[in-house]
Amino acid sequence: MAARVQAEDFDAAAEARALIAGRRDVGALVAFVGLCRDEGGRLAALEIEHYPGMAEAEIARVVAEAEARWPLIGVSVVHRCGRIEPGDQIVLVAVAAAHRGDAFAAAEMLMDYLKTRAPFWKRERLSDGSVGAWVEAEADDDARAERWGEGTSS
Amino acid sequence: MKALYFASVRERVGKNEEEIDPPAEVVTVGDLFGWLAARGEGYAEAFANRAVRAALDRVHVKRDAPLAGAREIAFFPPMTGG
Repeated sequence: MAARVQAEDFDAAAEARALIAGRRDVGALVAFVGLCRDEGGRLAALEIEHYPGMAEAEIARVVAEAEARWPLIGVSVVHRCGRIEPGDQIVLVAVAAAHRGDAFAAAEMLMDYLKTRAPFWKRERLSDGSVGAWVEAEADDDARAERWGEGTSS
Repeated sequence: MKALYFASVRERVGKNEEEIDPPAEVVTVGDLFGWLAARGEGYAEAFANRAVRAALDRVHVKRDAPLAGAREIAFFPPMTGG
């Protein structure tokens, strides 16, 4: 299991390959990448703030919950911080398992939990050069996390 | 204990972190919200917001959680990562 927070971009294919390197028991590999949208041209960039130490710890707790729930062979999570521009990668969740059902479900749960529990906050930088607002948490994200059976822990 | 502030809470309070020494009657996380809110205008604005969350020693907690010797408490708005 790998969980990292970094300012630098990541190589999603290399991260995914590392999960299956030298193994003969992996039947399914799911890699999800979240990207920064330009919101119809309105957005110049996102500034992502995080809580160093807790962000890594909370990602590790979420991964441990997924590993307890499904028989997973490998999990890799990378979340970027700092300035991210439209088209740039923000987050990677890669899951290797024997079967696709477990890999798809675990990847989706990991993303749903990361959005509501990992301590990251996005602020908008607008195309007109001004500093935009903090992105508001969406009730829909809470609902997506809660359908996995346990609410957000706060 | 050390108090950390993030995102909109950090901006309202006007600092990233500070050492705080709440009195003995501040027992729970919720008590601390009330005590901090009385420290000034920015604090009042930050801590009156019911949506603000807390983490004790880097673990999410609810407002009824006891402070019980924690070394670090962080305050922040609902998370928007991913």
